[in-house]
Amino acid sequence: MSFVSRGFRGRGRDEGPPGRVPPGQYVEHGFPVLSAGPTPHTSLEVWDLSIVGEIDEPKGWTWKEFRALESEAVTVDIHCVTKWSKLGTRWEGVSLDTIFDGVETEAQYVMAFSDGGYTTNVPLEDIRGGKAWVAFAYDGEPLEAEHGGPARLLVPHLYFWKSAKWLRGFRLMAEDEPGFWESLGYHIYGDPWREQRYSGD
Amino acid sequence: MAGAAVLRRLTWQVARVAELVDETAQTRTIALEPPDWRGHRAGQHVDVRLTAEDGYQAQRSYSIASAPEQERLEITVERLPDGEVSTYLVGELRSGDGLELRGPIGGYFVWEAADGGPLLLLAGGSGVVPLMAMSRHRALVGSDVPTRLVYSSRTIDDVIYREELGRLAAGGSGFEVVQTLTRAQPAGWTGYSRRVDADLLQETAWPAADSPLAYVCGPTSFVEVCAAGLVDLGYEPERIKTERFGPTGG
Repeated sequence: MSFVSRGFRGRGRDEGPPGRVPPGQYVEHGFPVLSAGPTPHTSLEVWDLSIVGEIDEPKGWTWKEFRALESEAVTVDIHCVTKWSKLGTRWEGVSLDTIFDGVETEAQYVMAFSDGGYTTNVPLEDIRGGKAWVAFAYDGEPLEAEHGGPARLLVPHLYFWKSAKWLRGFRLMAEDEPGFWESLGYHIYGDPWREQRYSGD
Repeated sequence: MAGAAVLRRLTWQVARVAELVDETAQTRTIALEPPDWRGHRAGQHVDVRLTAEDGYQAQRSYSIASAPEQERLEITVERLPDGEVSTYLVGELRSGDGLELRGPIGGYFVWEAADGGPLLLLAGGSGVVPLMAMSRHRALVGSDVPTRLVYSSRTIDDVIYREELGRLAAGGSGFEVVQTLTRAQPAGWTGYSRRVDADLLQETAWPAADSPLAYVCGPTSFVEVCAAGLVDLGYEPERIKTERFGPTGG
């Protein structure tokens, strides 16, 4: 880099433990909220989670059925495209390996979809193999609506907009398609370690 | 919820700082001349990157304050307590300096005159910045879309763009400003004197029957109250667009 900002010394430098904070990120200790519209409030009586699209028999779970699935506690670092990273966040959720157990499909991509109309696309291989969860608790408490409750996708190795709030299901897709932010100039994949913030990064 | 694709690669460029204007004790407008700027839409933001001598870098996002029709690109930055980047931008940056940025970014929280209205803009503190870009755009293209800005500040001295908002409201084009001061009010204050709540929205928001378009920007608590309040008033959720400024230490 050649450009230097005159007089900038960088007094924050909370770069976190080595190898934990991707390029261009800073460590945040609060938990900022970002979303494009009003917070949906779906009652657990009508909530369900489904797998549709390129699948012979669509699958679905009521809240009760979903909560009866085996869940696990995970502690992960999360990275928001708006530059903050939060280290060591504690969640409880159902592994996507459990959700997709027994699903046979030719599809290589999924579109996660949510209450409120939000969507985000992820390669199937990025949510299988112990890399993603449907989270229903944060820091030991039921997930608050403004943070995506009753349940949200948690894909911590990608920028956090991929971790769709208010999750209601997955549409299996043969071809990759852009979701909500991905069609508005954000990166189709979103790897924070390669700083894939925007289209073309 | 789809929008126009922004597929052009966003590269970093060094803009020249043309002018600095202190808006309030904590906020400053930075007028910029980027060498390669292909325009923006009102409501979008830019990423700013600071680089120290030793190569250390810090990035943050800032809403664009200027209308697309204005010659210079302007951002208005609020100095946050312990804000590494905002403290530099509000306190250290001088006219003639270079400032590295890329953009425009974001294609959802945008308004163009053709999107129509009636338009309801709800601003909490420095959340007024992208809404000001929309208000300026509306004025500069001669739009008469009925527009109401409900703007919450702590005190009269914290009101950003105070004079310009007064001029816009006096322009006879159907632009109204409703102010509320939550912490202290000057003698003879005729605006509201409390936080925006359901009752205040009931009194100031366009009737839901008119199918208004609403943009809400401010701290998370403000946005949650406003967006939920508008839904309760019957606003269609997909016509309420939000942008939230958390306490992100920027």
